[in-house]
Order: sequence, then C-alpha cells, then structure tokens
Amino acid sequence: MIETELRTTPIYDCYKDEPGVKLIDFGGWYLPVNFSSGIIAEHLEVRSNVGMFDVSHMGECMVTGPGARAFLDWMITNDVASLRPGHVVYGMMCYERGTVVDDLLVYCIDDSRFFVVLNASNADKDLAYLLDHKPEGVAIEDLCDATSQIALQGPNAEQVLKGVWPGCTELGFFDFSVNASIFGCRALVSRTGYTGEDGFEIYLKSSDGPKVWKALLEKGVMPCGLGARDTLRMEAKLPLYGHELSDQITPLEANLGVFVKLDKSFIGRDALLKQKEEGIPRSLRGFEMVEGGVARYLYSVYLNDEQIGYVTSGCKSPSLDKFVGYALIRRDTGLKFGDLIDIEIHGKLRKAKLVKTPFCKHSAGKSEA
Amino acid sequence: MSKVVEGLLYSEDHEWVSIEGDIATVGITDYAQDELGEVVYVELPQENSDFESGEEVSEIESVKADSAVYCPVSGTVIETNSELEAKPELINQDCYKAWIFRMRLSSQPEDLLDAKAYSEFLKTLK
Repeated sequence: MIETELRTTPIYDCYKDEPGVKLIDFGGWYLPVNFSSGIIAEHLEVRSNVGMFDVSHMGECMVTGPGARAFLDWMITNDVASLRPGHVVYGMMCYERGTVVDDLLVYCIDDSRFFVVLNASNADKDLAYLLDHKPEGVAIEDLCDATSQIALQGPNAEQVLKGVWPGCTELGFFDFSVNASIFGCRALVSRTGYTGEDGFEIYLKSSDGPKVWKALLEKGVMPCGLGARDTLRMEAKLPLYGHELSDQITPLEANLGVFVKLDKSFIGRDALLKQKEEGIPRSLRGFEMVEGGVARYLYSVYLNDEQIGYVTSGCKSPSLDKFVGYALIRRDTGLKFGDLIDIEIHGKLRKAKLVKTPFCKHSAGKSEA
Repeated sequence: MSKVVEGLLYSEDHEWVSIEGDIATVGITDYAQDELGEVVYVELPQENSDFESGEEVSEIESVKADSAVYCPVSGTVIETNSELEAKPELINQDCYKAWIFRMRLSSQPEDLLDAKAYSEFLKTLK
C-alpha cells in the first residue's frame, strides 16, 4: 500500500524483496535504510573495503547555452567561472539573505554544458529557483527521472571499478568522465562521494541502473542503505541539508567558508560579506559525548544552564565506537576544543566535549595526482 | 516473522514480562528490536525508583531511532542489567535473554497478553 504513495528508484525492484532489507519513507521516496548486513556492518565495509548505494533519488539537471557558465557562477558560492571541463566543484546556492537553498555539485562538461546534482528533497525547489533566475539563452533540462545513480564507495572502489572500466584510474579527486562504459552501459562517472572514502558516483540512463546494480552485486560489492550513508557522512564532516545547512543557516555558520568565494559575485554574497564583517553569530562544532547516549537533531545545548544552541546531527560512530555529533552554537561563548557542554537527552543534561572534526581520517582525495 | 516465546507475558508496547512470585523481569520483544534496528545505547532506570504501569521507564537508542520502554507492570525497580551498558547489542542478539530491569510488583499485572494473544496482536500490525 505504502509503495503506491511513495516514489521509488529505477533500481528498487532489484532489492525490494531481498530478505533483511528495511525500507523507509525518506522525503517521499521509499528507500532502503539498510540491507541484511545492518547499518554498522555496512558502514564498516565502506570504511575498510567497498560498498554501494542506490542514490537514484538525487536530482540532476543539465544547464546549457553560451551563458551557462556565467549563470551558474552567479547562482553558486564556489568558483564556476574557471571550472575546467572534466572537473567537479561543490558549492551552495543561497538566498539573497545568505542562507542556503541547497548544496550541490556542478560538473563542467564543456564551456556551454554543465551537469548539476541536487538533493532529492530540494530538487523541485532548486529547479524553480534556477528557472526564476535564468537569463535568456540558457536552457535547463530536468534529468531527475531520466537518471539512475549508484555510488561505489570505499578504499577498494577503484580496485572493483578498474576491472569494469580501466579509465577510472585516470580520474583524480573531483574529476569525471562522460564517456565511461560500465558493464556495456554508457555512464558519467566522477571520483566523488558522500562517505569520506575514495570512490565513484556513477550516473546512468535510468533504465540501465538495475543492470549495473546487479553486476556490481555479482562482483561481491555489499549493498548499503541510507543509515550507513548518514553515519559515514557524519564521521567525515559532510553536511546534510536540513541539518547542518538550511534556509535558516548560512554557509559561514556551517564552517563551509572554503566553498564560498566572497571575491566574486553570486546571490547572497552581500549578506555573507556583511555577516563576515560584523561577526558570524553561530558556529558548527563537533562534539563527543562524555556520557553515553545519541544526541539527535534539535536537542538543546547548554553552557552553565543557558541554552547556547542545538544539535544538528548525531550518532554512535561505528568506526570510533563513540557517541559523536555536531551542534550549531553561539560563537560569543568562546568555547575551545576540549571544553564541556551539556546536551539535553530525554530530559537529562549529559556532558559532551568539543573536539576537532572530521571524526575519522579517511581515503577520499588520497588518489589525487 | 517475529519470534514470540511461550510462557512469557507481553504488552502491546512490545515489552515481555516474566513473573516469578512478586518479581517481574522485563525486556523488549523480537518485534521491537527488529523495528528499532541495531541498539547502541540503553538508558537503564534508577534502582529503587517506583513506576506505574504505562509510565516511561527506560530509553533504548538504536542507530536510526530512539524508543521509550513503557513499564508493563507497577512496582519498584530492584535490579538493572548493567551488562547492557557495555553491550547494548545483546538486545538484538537475543532479546528474550537480554532483560533490562527487574521490579518488585506493587500490584497484580493487568492487561498483559499471553504468547498466543500477542502473536495475534502482531498480525494486526502488518
């Protein structure tokens, strides 16, 4: 019954009846939170070997035209103006007030063609925002339904993929190719991911998704769900829209200033420049629980009985076997690494310690030539 | 198919209860642990504290969600399973052995189901 109301990916039929798979409603999509191995085993497999995720729910669009580059440079906080063909850049799309519409990836295919990857839950909003600002001569094609995406992640991802498509070894971190052939299917493959590990994101024609998924399964790659994807990205300090980023949070507050080029023009720049000059009011800080318990989204954070912020994400880190998380807290508190805060968990204050992030060292980016 | 053990009593909140004399031992059912997923933390109740049936007595946290444990009986907590502090995953491994707390009953248990009735109840949730 639930399946008729929720959207499913082109790969859904491959796993819907698998024993042990747990499916959940994720922003209107019916997606696996874990497979039979369970979240912790899937997480550890990606950290130590390789796993794959059906992330076909992610949104994609193609922005084309002679003005496409200048348009995207205006829409996004990071530098699209000098992005070379075959490279990917990560950045935020902001409102005039400096808060975030979405975080996204921009792929430069050539001077007049850019492939843009959006968060599933924001895809409709993002496309409307892009269309609203689009100048004459730029076209935006919605590819959300036309695309399957499989993320192959882990230190052994290259080992698996090079047997299928040797060209993958040529890709440095944040490089991509539009001419990959994966089990006979034409694919766009980038050396990117959301786990902190080395790996690839494979974009396919939607109908090719199941074939590639099944072939990777036959190669022994463990299927992993959204649960492991979430704990992996938390350990690696990768933000999740709706948590570390939102229309109430600026990229500077989320400590993503490195992806914000204030020396160029983009929507939201003036507000962000002003925020930087006047003082950024809040800061995203990593913490480790001194006392046990999972500190989850929106739990209150206190210092000396005064509320100073809230938790954006938290989990028990499977790699560290510790309870960790992020909190958006007032900067005027002057808190330093090692300082203690209190987090209210189920009505009780529990101690946590501010620590450096990311929580784990990992293999992403190590392949860069 | 969730495992249900004969000889135990069950609540509709998916706790199991084993009663010997005036002592009740409480844990969560196979259905509950499966719904919750991998347990990473169990907040045990304070010993010597009193709870009425239906009150929140403990909290179980899994990788993906938190769930309150509702007291299926009324009484005083006399012992907690401190082994769960270091090994919360015991609840997933064998939920009917991994008891959470023991209580001295202050009144006779009410509204609990036997194994057959609980199995029937589970069918209504599908």
